[in-house]
Amino acid sequence: MHRLRSVDRGVAGNQGIVTPLMTSDITSRRDAAAVPPIRDTAARRGSTFLTAHPRARLWLLLSAPLTWLVVVYIVALVALLITAFWKVDSFTGEIQIDWTLDNIVTVVTGSLYHVVTLRTLGVALAVTIIDIALALPIAFYMAKVASPRLQRILVIAVLMPLWASYLVKVYAWRSVLSGEGILQWVLNPFGIEGPGYGITATIITLSYLWLPYVILPIYAGLERVPDSLIEASSDLGAKSWSSIRLIVFPMILPAIIAGSIFSFCLSLGDYITVNIVGGASQMLGNLVYTNVGTANNLPLAAAVALIPIVIIFGYLFTVRRTGALDNL
Amino acid sequence: MTTAPAIRLTSLTKSFGSVHAVDGVHLDVAPGEFFSMLGPSGSGKTTVLRLIAGFETPTSGTIELFGEDVTSKAPFDRDVNTVFQDYALFPHMSVLENVAYGLRVRGMGKQERRERAAAALETVRLAGLGDRKPSQLSGGQRQRVALARATVVEPKVLLLDEPLGALDLKLREQMQVELKEIQRDLGITFIFVTHDQEEALTLSDRIAVFSEGRIVQLGTPREIYERPSNSFVADFVGTSNVFTGEMARTVVGTVGDFSIRPERMRVTAGSKPGTNAATGTVVETIYVGGSTRVVVDLDAGQRVNVLMSNDAGGDVDKLRGTAVTLSWAAADVVTLASENTTTR
Repeated sequence: MHRLRSVDRGVAGNQGIVTPLMTSDITSRRDAAAVPPIRDTAARRGSTFLTAHPRARLWLLLSAPLTWLVVVYIVALVALLITAFWKVDSFTGEIQIDWTLDNIVTVVTGSLYHVVTLRTLGVALAVTIIDIALALPIAFYMAKVASPRLQRILVIAVLMPLWASYLVKVYAWRSVLSGEGILQWVLNPFGIEGPGYGITATIITLSYLWLPYVILPIYAGLERVPDSLIEASSDLGAKSWSSIRLIVFPMILPAIIAGSIFSFCLSLGDYITVNIVGGASQMLGNLVYTNVGTANNLPLAAAVALIPIVIIFGYLFTVRRTGALDNL
Repeated sequence: MTTAPAIRLTSLTKSFGSVHAVDGVHLDVAPGEFFSMLGPSGSGKTTVLRLIAGFETPTSGTIELFGEDVTSKAPFDRDVNTVFQDYALFPHMSVLENVAYGLRVRGMGKQERRERAAAALETVRLAGLGDRKPSQLSGGQRQRVALARATVVEPKVLLLDEPLGALDLKLREQMQVELKEIQRDLGITFIFVTHDQEEALTLSDRIAVFSEGRIVQLGTPREIYERPSNSFVADFVGTSNVFTGEMARTVVGTVGDFSIRPERMRVTAGSKPGTNAATGTVVETIYVGGSTRVVVDLDAGQRVNVLMSNDAGGDVDKLRGTAVTLSWAAADVVTLASENTTTR
């Protein structure tokens, strides 16, 4: 029997009857029209050149987007940062190219900026935590429980709010949260006072706005956890909660952090939502907006704009150590 | 009193929509047995394994483990463990943590579980690799980690889902030997799912051949190979020349379904009709190392395979296109059941 085994391997797993190619199969092909030879065209010569020169290929591919990135993106940002070190002539309101640290000092020492920075940071953190708490069960259901059909429907449902305008969504929340709004109407029978406009309303609205950006990376992360790992965990004696804590959670942590970067950074820079539902509260974005507009002090606005940039860099630096950026 | 079987499946059925993946399977597996479930993909063998492990719940029927009904128990409450086809090692844990995982979730102290896991790694000859990540191991090493992880918790039954499928030939043969040794050392029941007939024949004490959600033959490797009960088994387990109906009457001389193994036939030059013989023309000769596969078109019309040992001498290739006579011993003609019958 042992000799037989080596024999069966010889035909690469074919267990059935061997059907050798008959000579008639080959002769019949001669009757067909000949395959035309490849023609030499300019496009073909160009392709040949590019195939032989990978560097030229790379430049052709990247030159346009690189120009765009450098001119439009980086130059604009650097220009803003430089502006922070200039000042405004208090009499004419013209910008003077006169190097000074005054704006930075104002922003770092002024108590108004401390309060607003802390408030903005608090809102961004609260929104991020709420979004992660909401996104985890939804993403888990989408990735691991729902049927493939329902899964597709849910992905569309999560993306759908992104089709509507930002302003429309925020104004919708303004009407929901208003004193005569739906929320108050629902809460009234229980004798509960609605949050009204303010920081709470801002957090609720921002959580709603950024939720899809948090669900999608977590969903993608969960998709990448093979079901067999969860089965193996259960097979080895782990109850469901242990499987989630010891297997699923560590594996999707980078995805959770990726989602948090979206909600955190987007909240940090927002000023429209807080304007519409935030009552008298201000966030850093509002200070920038006021300084650019009413106060006509672009250098100070640029200095204020540095605060979220510094915070975001700090956040990204901390997060980088977890490997989350590999998952973006 | 006889001891309860390690596994007893009674009328086990699993349907996915209108598809009966497992269709009324009855099966007893004895304690300490190396039992294989063999069949083509989609024959229901893996579903049976997943039902035993508890990853699926049966549509009907019961699963008993050493006399205890575990049909509705969760996987973590069953004393069986699985070696997965893709190994399912936890990528974020070291090899040692992977092996210790089952002990960890049982609440064993850190020191003790690390010692036990290290000992388990030693038995699969991976001592010293405990600090690596699974991604840093080769396929064969991952396979052994999966084995160590499943056996360290001392299950009563070990389920293996095509565990050697992803390995290359040499490694597979080596792992076959190791699996057999480990099974003998541990003395626990192995249920081994494979679509590789030789793997099943070499490793198993008994084999269940699956087709379309049912067991079509149950027996020792020798019984399965030498006395296939029907044409499906004859064809799936090794290569067979199956003769049915009118062809059987012409070639074998009796009406019915018959099978003759290629290596049981002999080829002689020239056309010499007789009993237990048939004449034909050689279409092709294929060199397969130790022997040569000779493809013959019988004058009766059917194409058959014959396997000739190469140490017999003579140039087999010269036979191509010539008339030959095939002959066999009457005892090598296996009578097949005309339809698939489920055996208990």
